[in-house]
Amino acid sequence: MRRVVIGVVIGALLVGGILLSALLGQLPVQVTEVVGSVLRAMGIHNGWAPDDPIIESTLWVIRFPRIVMAIVVGAALATAGAVMQAIFGNPLAEPGVVGVSSGAALGAATAIVLGLTSLGDFAIAICAFAGGLLATLLVYIVSRANGRTEVVTLLLTGIAVNAFAGAGLAFALFAASTSSREQIIFWQLGSLNGALWREVLIVAIVAVIGVSAAILLSRRYDLLSLGERNARHLGLDVERLRLVSIVVVALLTGVAVAFVGIVAFVGLVVPHVMRMLLGPQHRALIVASAFGGAVLMLAADLLARTVVPGAELPIGMLTSLVGGPFFFFLLWRQRRRSGGWA
Amino acid sequence: MSGAVFAAEGVAVSLDGRDVLTDISIAVRPGEVLALVGPNGAGKSTLLSVLSGERRPAAGMVTVDDRDIHTFSALELARVRSVLTQDNALSFPFRVIDVITMGRAPWTRTDEIASDGAAISSAAARADVTHLAWRRFTELSGGERARVSLARVLAQDTPVVFLDEPTASLDLRHQEDVLRIARDLATAGRAVVIVVHDLSLAGAVADRIALLSAGRLVALGTPSEVLTEAAISDVYGLDVRVVEIDGRPHIVPRR
Repeated sequence: MRRVVIGVVIGALLVGGILLSALLGQLPVQVTEVVGSVLRAMGIHNGWAPDDPIIESTLWVIRFPRIVMAIVVGAALATAGAVMQAIFGNPLAEPGVVGVSSGAALGAATAIVLGLTSLGDFAIAICAFAGGLLATLLVYIVSRANGRTEVVTLLLTGIAVNAFAGAGLAFALFAASTSSREQIIFWQLGSLNGALWREVLIVAIVAVIGVSAAILLSRRYDLLSLGERNARHLGLDVERLRLVSIVVVALLTGVAVAFVGIVAFVGLVVPHVMRMLLGPQHRALIVASAFGGAVLMLAADLLARTVVPGAELPIGMLTSLVGGPFFFFLLWRQRRRSGGWA
Repeated sequence: MSGAVFAAEGVAVSLDGRDVLTDISIAVRPGEVLALVGPNGAGKSTLLSVLSGERRPAAGMVTVDDRDIHTFSALELARVRSVLTQDNALSFPFRVIDVITMGRAPWTRTDEIASDGAAISSAAARADVTHLAWRRFTELSGGERARVSLARVLAQDTPVVFLDEPTASLDLRHQEDVLRIARDLATAGRAVVIVVHDLSLAGAVADRIALLSAGRLVALGTPSEVLTEAAISDVYGLDVRVVEIDGRPHIVPRR
């Protein structure tokens, strides 16, 4: 019952977010025009559809790809966060915090500096994925002891990885041409501005694959929370689960970063809220996180482009503005509970 | 439930150049409780992890029904034996009922799944945690957590059960519960391997006792054969008296 209510609420928020995002902006659009235009695209002729080609192209060229991008990126990042928390056995693990996002951004920046962009959209995505994968592996290998990761170790490793990736990004900025520099800064701040359908398609495909894999593995994540030894005694192939999960996290984070830049804390805030609402069972948690991430990302993007009239805030800045204090709250709570930073 | 015979043959383990186990041969038979006893650092838990297939020995091998244990997949092994470790931590605040249900994981997509409900409720009842079912595991006391973990292991419903210090954090009554559970499992044709510190507990529960000292198997036999004043004084370096109550040896230090 509780699950149904939460599902309906998230669904309503998602539909509301989509509608609002389609309506609001520099060019005001009516609800009827949005609905009519969508219906017409589905082959249903109706009187609501806008005749003005400017409205039509605003919706289909600018707003709709951006909306879908927000949905798939939010779902990808929140799922990556939930999976990371499961395999680290630590609720504070998150792609942005531990440096996976920076690693992916460094990969993307390297691709730009080396001029690999001429090879097509996939070149950046693949480099971002490789960077994210390397960073995930590094954090994983360095920060775990006895099958678990202590909070302090995790955060310190994150600081180290972020520092290193930051240095790499700084060097990329230094070495890059002026136009490349702008692109790299875009990666560091994060933005959904100028999302194209073909980019949306790539992210969507990867997000669907990654989220489905996470849902398929969800029961195993439940076992993993007993600790690695106990999970193995229950017949779980822990090594393989780890490996597959790290690839899933790197895929989801890498593809999101490749096209939208670093958007931190989505993977932290959303799974946490969902865990409070639904409990820790991973199947429901991952499904709800995917949808919750989509809602959060839509809301953040809506704010990013409407708060200051005529200008656009970097979305990564907004999520960090909310996520930073939230992270602090979680740390504080964990510290109060366990009586220390361990 | 068919019994499975776990047998170790000339097993040796060394950690950082120190011999933790040396040339140990021991078999676990269906229908018996085998207790591993010995002083701290004697290698009891290491032997348990070697027997259960968790640790690969440097020399010798462990077989399950004459098949090398390391040819079993994790899942195959999980259907033959369950292991209660001393690790009672849980990363996320699952409910007790969910934790016990995790014990059924090896039987997912098998015919056994039909008996899930019965196995879970019986396991919870035997470990006396039924009343905790809807509590969060992370809110429980150490002893309660230990009992929930025991219930999870019982729910796994395997022919062989390994218990690493199951009585460590339990009160007197629940210690007795664990002994009774171990006896009941053996009576039902299962094999139970149990690591205990309390020699009197070992004497009360075990059919056979393996006495370890500095990684070697010093004695193996019935409680009265192994738990003698001479052997215990020698291995533990402490003068003790052995008192027989109801045919079971009880160990009292001479003070």
